[in-house]
Amino acid sequence: MTESTYRIQGATGEWEVVIGLEVHAQVTSQAKLFSGAATAFGAEPNTQVSLIDAAMPGMLPVPNRECIRQAVRTGMAIDAQINRWSRFDRKNYFYADLPQGYQISQLYHPLVGEGAIEISLDEKDPEGSVKSIGVERIHVEQDAGKLMHDQHPTRSYVDLNRSGVALMEIVSRPDMRSPAEAGAYLRKLRAILRYVGSCDGNMEEGSMRADVNVSVRKPGDEFGTRTETKNVNSVRFVMAAIEYEAKRQVSVLEDGGKIVQETRLFNVESGTTRSMRSKEDAHDYRYFPDPDLLPLELEEAFLEECRASLPELPDAKRKRYEALGISAYAANVLTAEVEAARWFDALLETGAKPVPAANWVTSELFGALNRTGKSIENSPVSADQAAELLALVADGTLSGSLAKQVFEVMLETGDGAAKIVEERGLKQTSDTGAIEAVIAGVLEKNPNQLAQYRGGKEALFGFFVGQTMKAMGGKANPAVVNDLLKKALG
Amino acid sequence: MSDVTNLGIAGIRDGFRAGDFSAREVADAFNAKVAGAKALNAFLVETPEHALAAADAADAARAAGEAPKPLAGVPIGMKDLFCTKGVTTTAASEILGGFVPPYESTISQKLWDAGAGMLGKLNMDQFAMGSSNETSAFGNVISPWRRSDGGNAALAPGGSSGGSSSAVAARLCPGATGTDTGGSIRQPAAFTGISGIKPTYGRCSRWGTIAFASSLDQAGPMAQDVRDCAIMLEAMAGFDAKDATSLQLDVPNWEAGLNADLKGKRVGVPREYRVDTMPAEIEALWQQGVDWLRDAGAEIVEVSLPHTKYALPAYYIIAPAEASSNLARYDGVRYGLRDLPEGAGLQDMYAATRADGFGAEVKRRIMIGTYVLSAGFYDAYYTQAQKVRALIARDFERAFEQCDVLLTPTAPSAAFALGEKQADPIAMYLNDVFTVPASLAGLPAMSVPGGLDAAGLPLGLQIIGKPLDEQGVLNASLAIEQRAGFTARPEAWW
Amino acid sequence: MSVDTATVKRIASLARIAITDEDASRLAPELGNILGWIEQLGEVDTSGVEPMTAVIPNTLRLRDDVVNADPLTGGGIRDALMAGAPQAEHGFFTVPKVIE
Ligand SMILES: [Mg+2]
Ligand SMILES: [Zn+2]
Repeated sequence: MTESTYRIQGATGEWEVVIGLEVHAQVTSQAKLFSGAATAFGAEPNTQVSLIDAAMPGMLPVPNRECIRQAVRTGMAIDAQINRWSRFDRKNYFYADLPQGYQISQLYHPLVGEGAIEISLDEKDPEGSVKSIGVERIHVEQDAGKLMHDQHPTRSYVDLNRSGVALMEIVSRPDMRSPAEAGAYLRKLRAILRYVGSCDGNMEEGSMRADVNVSVRKPGDEFGTRTETKNVNSVRFVMAAIEYEAKRQVSVLEDGGKIVQETRLFNVESGTTRSMRSKEDAHDYRYFPDPDLLPLELEEAFLEECRASLPELPDAKRKRYEALGISAYAANVLTAEVEAARWFDALLETGAKPVPAANWVTSELFGALNRTGKSIENSPVSADQAAELLALVADGTLSGSLAKQVFEVMLETGDGAAKIVEERGLKQTSDTGAIEAVIAGVLEKNPNQLAQYRGGKEALFGFFVGQTMKAMGGKANPAVVNDLLKKALG
Repeated sequence: MSDVTNLGIAGIRDGFRAGDFSAREVADAFNAKVAGAKALNAFLVETPEHALAAADAADAARAAGEAPKPLAGVPIGMKDLFCTKGVTTTAASEILGGFVPPYESTISQKLWDAGAGMLGKLNMDQFAMGSSNETSAFGNVISPWRRSDGGNAALAPGGSSGGSSSAVAARLCPGATGTDTGGSIRQPAAFTGISGIKPTYGRCSRWGTIAFASSLDQAGPMAQDVRDCAIMLEAMAGFDAKDATSLQLDVPNWEAGLNADLKGKRVGVPREYRVDTMPAEIEALWQQGVDWLRDAGAEIVEVSLPHTKYALPAYYIIAPAEASSNLARYDGVRYGLRDLPEGAGLQDMYAATRADGFGAEVKRRIMIGTYVLSAGFYDAYYTQAQKVRALIARDFERAFEQCDVLLTPTAPSAAFALGEKQADPIAMYLNDVFTVPASLAGLPAMSVPGGLDAAGLPLGLQIIGKPLDEQGVLNASLAIEQRAGFTARPEAWW
Repeated sequence: MSVDTATVKRIASLARIAITDEDASRLAPELGNILGWIEQLGEVDTSGVEPMTAVIPNTLRLRDDVVNADPLTGGGIRDALMAGAPQAEHGFFTVPKVIE
């Protein structure tokens, strides 16, 4: 296990930062956790609200099986304990985004218990830099509605479309020691959720938000008092919030002050955090079991189905790729995003050779996608088309440089590689007679260079290769050209 | 033609089917009775047009030769705790002033589907919190009964279903819905000389019924006699996918199963209900009940429910705790009352709205509930109460190893005068001493009239049954009803 | 059990019920009495007893993940939902401005 060396330099010496993350991940489901209203993003205000979500008198919650299933699958994906007996509690507080006056959550008996997520801190050496971050629990709960404060001078607007959407709250142990570790944890968690399909991981749309718990201490000391910065919605912001908050705490402590356990807000523009006023008096949540809901008891068949439906997860996939001879780096890159991994798996399924395929995907394809600002789901080249191209390289029809040319045309036209080769005559030639004829012509046109070469200036070999390839329009098989040139030059 | 308003549910149903009268005649007769009984303050909203529409539908169906619905031709009263689409529903609280639900509760919908019509929304204790119907924001309900001492003291109809009990006793409707959290069907039934049954928790859907205490609330019928209760309960009960605590069971044909012959049945008499303060008349009635049931063929056994004494204090932790949370939604944001003092922020608006909108008893219970759940007190109060509740349920389980049903008095006294117990909340809470234990254990329980006290006021006997044994409860109650021959009626002074 | 007015005020504030000083003074002994009375529960030996979770043995039923399968539990009912709102505009419920 790698030890973090991240330290804050203070006037009194070095400080260590201790980080725990509570991630709220929106469960992928059509309907809400306790009602049949839709969960789609971006709908007109209050159009995806049921009588239940608006807490009309006499309304009752009935849980959505899919939300429970997705949380269980997520727990299984991080090797966590799945609690066969769990139950929902009410967390009571008054706020305009909380119509019931309580959030249905799980405090005493969460659905998922202890698990862990392995993060790697070095892309080039994923195995050598592994750290295991403990996950204390995953519980299922309702999201709140949304308040808008800038629509009216004296009023806040309430939109309950999100009210009652299912969330998983994934609570880590305070095991992280640097912003980088927190970033790696979040990225890894996001990857796992997306592999499992339990959350779309879309941080811009609020599908994943992190409450960031930060404290500082002198290395070796007890944990210090922590603050919780709420609802930070990107990996970059989480890292920035930690950095700011750790430094702020160090300066407070070094000035002889005390850290107050409090809720804070992150300001995206300034990169700073500030104390949150509105929730100051809400510390007594009066949790108690929701009497509208019975205990949730899971049956073996349900758990079996959850387990059987789990896909290959990023770590397992990475190891499988490495076992195929793919470099650790490429395997890491290929498995970091589920879509890329899926795309690559589809490519492997065509029978493409793993190593050249991995190299081509990580360099040519990713390069092209980067250039065009496209994601792999919208790749203009399908895995089957890529397989066709790679097969033409493998059987010698295309050289590396011809393959690049063909790929460019594929990107432009969407045509298949074989068709492009055929139509544009980009086929590589290994026809020795034709190549020999061209070489003869090249030697004839360059008597000086020929003399110098034969006089011992062997570096000119490359010149002749270049001239030959050029004369052949780049289509000659380079290995054949080499062989024949060596013979011709004597 | 005899006065249809005296016929009861079965009588109206059968007479309508036989063609003795039309449903419209029935509805007209009851609408007139309702309109003429304002002095009782039993109705918060009168809906004669609803009753007439259902009646006309029943008449049309009969004319067309269609098979009659179970409650065709029968108009009923609806406790104001049930949300009724398009009809103001307030739970007798200012905080829901003017609230018109855009939805129909499962219970009321089932009754309409069964052919019943609605005479109006019945007054009640605010949010069903009370035992005398003195906590309604819209005035006390007055019992149609008066003491025979010649005094004109206005008496409590019991609570919280006091509008229901008063209306049925005064024959303003042949049956009414009630809800029972700690005795709110049984105690008012006992106070007014009518019958009422609270079914097993989970039999009647809670969807669309304004919540008081979720783990206790159950709807049930209140009517003139046991048969009428069986008929109405059949229409109200049944699985509802919208209520996660609803029992996924078929509804038995309780009316057809009625049988007052108790041969082979054992009736338990719980020793701990014999409290020191029990008036002699109640004690005597209880003994009378024992004799009646023995006469019906039952064997009488003494049983013990050792934790009985703790039922009320446990109830007064659990019910307020749940209520404090259930009533948090009344905040002036989405419906009902909003009080926004000049310059008030959101939290001030909540506090002002809730201070204005809730009555004193509701606030008292919200405060108690908030207290017992608050940091540092939760385990000592709430967790302990839920453990005691488990012990109370276990007491019943053990008692039911020795008997089929239990016989107890329904309430420790006859109806008291309005205002008499208001000053002392605990004295008021003690009214539910005999009804609360069955509520905590989720058991079916029924009150039937047994006789009159010295002042000429009705007294009730309670039958408590095993989970899901409504039939056993109805049958033992029927055995009492047949022997008690209770025919006393309040004289119409209103 | 004695309850002081400060406690009454704290509880009232948690419950979001505005109370005056007189209210608090009146409520303190009243709540004290009730709480004192319910405290007799402490006498009961409940060691080894699990708190009740379901009054009638029953397990939690789960519903299918279908949008608007039942109009009574589905969305798309904004007008009906907001018809009784004390204050609403542009399809939003509104409240006094909140500063977070
Ligand atoms: Mg948090
Ligand atoms: Zn949460």
